[in-house]
Amino acid sequence: MATRTLGALVVLLLAITICEAASVFHPISDSHRSAASELFTQGSFDSLEKAYEALRSFEVLGIDKPDIRGATCKSVVEKLGSSESAPKDLFYALKVNSILKCGVKKEVLEGIASRLKAVVNGASSLLDIYYSIGSLVLIKDQTSEVDVLLADADGVFRSIKSLSQSDGRWRYSSDNPQSSTYAAGLAIEALAGVVSLASSEIDQSMIGKLKRDVSKLFDSVEKYDDGAFYFDEKVDQSPLSTTASVVRGLTALAAVTSEKLKVPGEKILGLAKFFLGIGIPGNNKDFFNQIDSLASLESNKVSVPLILSLPTTVLSLTKKDQLKVKVGTVLGSSAPPLTVKLLRAFSSGSKDASIIASQELKFDKESGYHVLDVLPKSVDVGSYIFVFEVVLHDSEDETVYTTGGLAQVDVFVTGVINIENAEISVLESDKSVETQKKLDLAGENAVSLSANHLQKLRLSFQLTTPLGHAFKPHQVFLKLTHETKVEHIFVVGNSGKKFEKILDFLGLVDKFYYLSGSYDLQLTVGDAVMENSFLRAIGHIDLDLPEAPEKATRPPSPAVNPLLKYGPKAEISHIFRVPEKLPPNHLSLAFLGLLLLPLIGFLVGLLRLGVNLKNFPTSAVPATFGILFHVGIAAVLLLYVLFWLKLDLFTTLKWLGLLGVFLLFVGHRILSHLASTSSKLKSA
Amino acid sequence: MVKPSSSSSSTSQDALALFNSLRSAYSATPTALKIIDLYVGFAVSTAIIQVVYMALVGSFPFNSFLSGVLSCIGTAVLAVCLRIQVNKENKEFKDLAPERAFADFVLCNLVLHLVIMNFLG
Repeated sequence: MATRTLGALVVLLLAITICEAASVFHPISDSHRSAASELFTQGSFDSLEKAYEALRSFEVLGIDKPDIRGATCKSVVEKLGSSESAPKDLFYALKVNSILKCGVKKEVLEGIASRLKAVVNGASSLLDIYYSIGSLVLIKDQTSEVDVLLADADGVFRSIKSLSQSDGRWRYSSDNPQSSTYAAGLAIEALAGVVSLASSEIDQSMIGKLKRDVSKLFDSVEKYDDGAFYFDEKVDQSPLSTTASVVRGLTALAAVTSEKLKVPGEKILGLAKFFLGIGIPGNNKDFFNQIDSLASLESNKVSVPLILSLPTTVLSLTKKDQLKVKVGTVLGSSAPPLTVKLLRAFSSGSKDASIIASQELKFDKESGYHVLDVLPKSVDVGSYIFVFEVVLHDSEDETVYTTGGLAQVDVFVTGVINIENAEISVLESDKSVETQKKLDLAGENAVSLSANHLQKLRLSFQLTTPLGHAFKPHQVFLKLTHETKVEHIFVVGNSGKKFEKILDFLGLVDKFYYLSGSYDLQLTVGDAVMENSFLRAIGHIDLDLPEAPEKATRPPSPAVNPLLKYGPKAEISHIFRVPEKLPPNHLSLAFLGLLLLPLIGFLVGLLRLGVNLKNFPTSAVPATFGILFHVGIAAVLLLYVLFWLKLDLFTTLKWLGLLGVFLLFVGHRILSHLASTSSKLKSA
Repeated sequence: MVKPSSSSSSTSQDALALFNSLRSAYSATPTALKIIDLYVGFAVSTAIIQVVYMALVGSFPFNSFLSGVLSCIGTAVLAVCLRIQVNKENKEFKDLAPERAFADFVLCNLVLHLVIMNFLG
């Protein structure tokens, strides 16, 4: 149990130390391509917007498009042909058309162009303008035969610009006070479209203002610790889609303006790092945003980011690994001629002194890597921060590319640690050696020792790095396990190269719970940069400890299996009431028939006795009361039946009260009438 | 050999004579009382049939069984009371009009059956 826990701890620590070094950004690679094929499946082409995202991602990554041209082109032509399509639908239809080349008729495009121009001139919402301008730009790119130029480009420019805020952000419409960075990206892209659609030159002072807006927008960019820059939006949009929107706007604007936009290369590189740093997104929209933005950055006119990446940041001294560095664009194409210099390297712990002199890496044309053949002699095992500088050969390239200055990379140098003079001994209380055994910590050991509570156990060994320096691993533990699974773990301390632990059993008897018997010994030495980390049993020791006094603490009960404690509970089986056994149906019905027999017998008996209704009053009033009396009794009985079937007691009693009064009245009248007639009969 | 047969025939003749005298005595009973007797017989035999059913099938649902039987028995008892009160031979209730007795009978029956219905479930 505890061995496994300890092992897991070692692995966890290793994982953590490696994760910290993950600030290396890798360009888009084949893993993105295979992910794209899996992500954009058949369902990704339902709407034209989704289809465009999939097709654009495939185009950028250079993957063959799946066979969807027929169906998608059909819906493109339908959308473009319909006079009721919204600007957004037209926009995405034209985007798909620009990739698939569906062969839309010129007349159709002309019709759309004139409609969109009307929308642009009359629209007040940023989204409408964005989609309309975008569509016009797409028509312009697809055919030169349709007139898409805006007559009043200055006016449109002003109307979009009027939505901008002082902090560089934009509003979606004039009646919506909320400003948004995402909208700023859309607006900048739309303005770039207006510039390219203008029939006459746009006022340069307006463009100058727009550039100031862009630089203000970049003042609000946010930064991660690893050098990635991104734009955040408080509402609606994720940082990814917001940043992607700004990047699209920025690159579109840079493409249409003659003068270069002034955005620091560090920020452009930071944006590229942000997109690369998110890895492979799990949903189509994010994937498209990432790939599309990186493609925009790859060919943008502000400055093209160059990414410095290391295939591995773990270098083994034993295997004599070469330090390899690759510099390329975000999509993984090769960089212009350049030199990579390793400026400094210092140990992660002390950031002051560089351990090596600055040196250049050799460029290997075949593999495309910049290689440092042999690590400097002064590099020992440990974790380091290497500082690289990328220098472009051609000074013209410096205006096109950005390398972001110096690049810091965490590098782990691993090696085999020498273990020497390992020995274990039992000492008398006066420090004279009783037994002493040599250990070979590289191989198997099975020492067998015995000691009593007046003696001591001493374990000692030396650790040295390949360069002969002292080495202090993260973890050095000695574990004693009793036969009853009671464990004791001790940290082995060091002074310089020498590691030593003395267990004085006299002071430990209480901690050992006075448990005599055999203890297994296990030694753990582990570190992220130690290639021969181990967790090894080295034998056992028989301890003879005194009897436990009455007040001694009892050994803890063995650990409960966590599966039993936290695992699934036994399933609860519900006990339902078993339905009562009912008699067969026909038997019950037979008895129901049988119950009628006494009733029939009663009626027959009445007939035999010659019962008649001659006594029933003949005159009108008493006869009415007589009938009412019988009706009243029948009503009460009917009420009882209703009570049985659905009424509750209170309703029943309420009705019974009313009926009772009535019954009392008519009953009294009829019975007193009968009594008076019978008494008259008697007296007569 | 003869003696037992003659004795048995004389016993059956005695029984017959007893039965005949009982019948002739009963035929003198007023018709109203006979009706009540018939009614009591009807109620009791209904109760007996229910008890037989219960013995054959089991007492589930017990509530219904009890209400059924008690309804019959209760009615029979009330009918017997009525019979006592309307019997003219019975001097104790001489001053009580049979109509008053009948009104009591009806009232008691209604109360009894309200309880029975409540208990029926």
